[in-house]
Amino acid sequence: MPEAYDPKDVSKDAIAPTGAGGAMDLAMSEAETLEKTPGGPLGTGPQEKARSLWTDAWQQLRRNPVFIISSLLIFFLVLISIWPQLIASGDPNSCQLADAHQSSGPGHPFGTDAQGCDVYTRTVYGARASISVGICATLGVAILGSIMGGLAGFFGGWWDGLLSRLADVFFAIPVVLGGLVFLSVVVSSTIWPVVGFMILLGWPQISRIARGAVITAKQNDYVQAARALGASNTRMLLRHVTPNAVAPVIVVATIALGTYIALEATLSYLGVGLRPPTVSWGIDISNASNYIRNYPHELLWPAGALSITVLAFIMLGDAVRDALDPKLR
Amino acid sequence: MGRYVIRRLFQMIPVFIGATFLIFVMVYALGDPVAALFGDKAPDPATAARIREDLGLDKPLWQQYLHYMGNIFRGDFGTAFNGQKVTELMATAFPVTAKLTFVAIVIEIIVGIALGVVSGLKRGRPLDTSLLVLTLIVISVPTFVSGYLLQYLFGLKLGWVRPTVSTDAPLNELILPGIVLALVSLAYVTRLTRTSIAENARADYVRTAVAKGLPRRRVITKHLLRNSLIPVVTFIGADIGALMGGAIVTERIFNIHGVGYQLYNGILRGNTPTVVGFVTILVIVFLVANLLVDLLYAVLDPRIRYA
Amino acid sequence: MLLEVRDLQVEFRTRDGVAKAVNGVTYEVDAGETLAVLGESGSGKSVTAQAIMGILDMPPGKITGGEILFQGKDLLKLKEDERRKVRGAEMAMIFQDALSSLNPVLSVGDQLAEMFIVHRGMSKKDAKLKAIELMDRVRIPAAKERVGQYPHQFSGGMRQRIMIAMALALEPALIIADEPTTALDVTVQAQVMDLLAELQRELNMGLILITHDLGVVADVADKIAVMYAGRIVERAPVHDIYKAPAHPYTKGLLESIPRLDQKGQELYAIKGLPPNLMAIPPGCAFNPRCPRAQDVCRTDVPPLAQVTEERQSACHFWKETLRDA
Repeated sequence: MPEAYDPKDVSKDAIAPTGAGGAMDLAMSEAETLEKTPGGPLGTGPQEKARSLWTDAWQQLRRNPVFIISSLLIFFLVLISIWPQLIASGDPNSCQLADAHQSSGPGHPFGTDAQGCDVYTRTVYGARASISVGICATLGVAILGSIMGGLAGFFGGWWDGLLSRLADVFFAIPVVLGGLVFLSVVVSSTIWPVVGFMILLGWPQISRIARGAVITAKQNDYVQAARALGASNTRMLLRHVTPNAVAPVIVVATIALGTYIALEATLSYLGVGLRPPTVSWGIDISNASNYIRNYPHELLWPAGALSITVLAFIMLGDAVRDALDPKLR
Repeated sequence: MGRYVIRRLFQMIPVFIGATFLIFVMVYALGDPVAALFGDKAPDPATAARIREDLGLDKPLWQQYLHYMGNIFRGDFGTAFNGQKVTELMATAFPVTAKLTFVAIVIEIIVGIALGVVSGLKRGRPLDTSLLVLTLIVISVPTFVSGYLLQYLFGLKLGWVRPTVSTDAPLNELILPGIVLALVSLAYVTRLTRTSIAENARADYVRTAVAKGLPRRRVITKHLLRNSLIPVVTFIGADIGALMGGAIVTERIFNIHGVGYQLYNGILRGNTPTVVGFVTILVIVFLVANLLVDLLYAVLDPRIRYA
Repeated sequence: MLLEVRDLQVEFRTRDGVAKAVNGVTYEVDAGETLAVLGESGSGKSVTAQAIMGILDMPPGKITGGEILFQGKDLLKLKEDERRKVRGAEMAMIFQDALSSLNPVLSVGDQLAEMFIVHRGMSKKDAKLKAIELMDRVRIPAAKERVGQYPHQFSGGMRQRIMIAMALALEPALIIADEPTTALDVTVQAQVMDLLAELQRELNMGLILITHDLGVVADVADKIAVMYAGRIVERAPVHDIYKAPAHPYTKGLLESIPRLDQKGQELYAIKGLPPNLMAIPPGCAFNPRCPRAQDVCRTDVPPLAQVTEERQSACHFWKETLRDA
């Protein structure tokens, strides 16, 4: 139905901030189509429809190998980021300069890096920083974005204009550049500045979805009817809007989680993200890049771990989106 | 059409002010440019105060911002602390990054759209499925990882290209960095084109075109592609601005002396005028690219043109 | 005979199973003749038309049997390129929803001119003149000025005229109109239908009119084929059917038209729903909804019985049905 889409919306959706940020945008533009699917599951239906959507989606997910593989991977990654000792016995920061640049051998399955640190142990411990940054940033973005978008959509008018312009402002700042500027002045050895920065620049993505869902829901006949029957604003927002907004937010948030992990690594690689002694794949890759000519393995292990982690979340988001969007089946 | 352009221009103004002010605040309020000037040494308080006054740093932030923006619109981006004019830095850096972005965009358009069309037309077939998986993998590998991998493979192992780019950055040396820069966007263009093609292939007007007895080739190029590329064009247009800003990682890997390189040095050395100047230009590029996309949109889609 | 469809069978193979959309349809149309194909959605009337045009989505669709003889040659045996040259030039189709069936980003002039450029090898300039001529012919006012406009700038009725113009462009021998007026306002419906009928007479074309609107049929059709669950249940000259239906389904359709002389009475509705094409009931597909159904209807598929020389009915009890009418 070519006349049903609003190309102006798409033009906004596709605006991609720099590098890693682009992923979230596309995810969002895809998720927005899903939300706008006419007669689609998220569209409008009463609660029953929403329930069958989830059941349907779950039925489809259970049989999807992509979903199974990515969930198992993520489960494993979360597990080792909580208890890295499960599979790595050493201390990632106990390094012997004398052992520098060893190739794989007994005691050092992946070899050692320029400082003589064990690459295997550091690769395992690197999951913790990545996963925690990813999860914290995603939670923050989802919460802040839902609130902002919900407010903009619900109150409309003046509020909506202000919040939408504000979202545009954050969109206009290239992500990696903004990160460099912001994080080079806020120096800390914790993950919080990085997380805070991601929330600061990330919320507009969720906010647009939440806003769209609220506006769609507000126009629905059954919400109009509920209003006419005297349902209170908050009650309506929770009962009718939430089910519509949850699915696209979940999809976008999952994919975004993967891209935040990539962004954290990029910023750490540039020297402004996480800082030692925090073990981060980005830092290790940056260090290893100096020796790529002779010791490529030092770069390959953390780079592989990073890529697989990002892939796992993006695959999960992709599978969930397919399951929730019957149009693309 | 004219009114549409003017409306879009007016909408850009608050976004421009907001974004530049935000950057300005980050740089000036959070950091201390004078301290940065002295590097690791602690500056003498009196000297520091004098420098602050000279640079107008003692005034309220909004006044500094207005003053700075006023200068920018007169073409004065200030002077880097080492005495070099920021505009001179820009004159050397922007052409290099523009060339790199150009290479990336061309690759993104040609390869991305071609793959997307093939995938969309063969939807559900093995080729489509494998392309989809491949794009997911490409999206998941951060630029700095794929950059080093390709540099290692083609530059060091196979020796097909120079691993780093020379100072004047000739186009042929920018092909590998261009691929690296384009890679993630390319995967998006592929996916976006694929979805769009697959969706439009079922559209009624495509069925009409077939019923008219048009050759398949014409149905695809004249009817299907034109409609399907509208969202893709938007993405690519917006990506121009994003790639220029994102080139920082690629430029670092391949040692290209472009915008990213200058900015990176500026940030590491706390060189405020350079940073704010470059970022301001990038925000402008981003906004103008988006404006152009909107206009292109109106050209491609008569429903907007005559709305 | 211009077009003869013989025992056509079409299936759709989906993940959930095989849907038998068309199960042995036979009908014919001669030049200058109008055949109305009636039936609910899912009866296979549109799928048959798409198979004739050769625009069926394959896969999932598949023609599993039968033949489509057009001007004596079997279309199903033609190569795709020969088939394509027939489409648009020798037979053309008018779709229901002109807004979505016209390309939104090309001007109507371009879309009309394309017919002449592709099939006749005309220059762009000549083709455009032809397009204006066509728009005049379907009575679009100010054709010369509007030739460069886009579909969304026209009203619904005007857009459907453009669809008609496009179908008529190369003066084909056969036109298939799939619910051409359903999407239009009632007042515009009659105008568009009249235009189509007039042009058909003028060019002596065969017309297959797919519809579920019995009102339209009475005015323009010469003969009727009623379809149910992928089969023809009754075929007859139009006046015969209106006088006395020979199939309970046709009877049900006729009785569900509101009539002035029955004002105040409850409107008749055929009970139940059309069958699921993946599980068509055994015997007569209509038996679960049929007021006349007997045991034989649940076991034996009724053959298409010859009622008169030009009339057939696929009902075990066509005689009784005819008598009661």
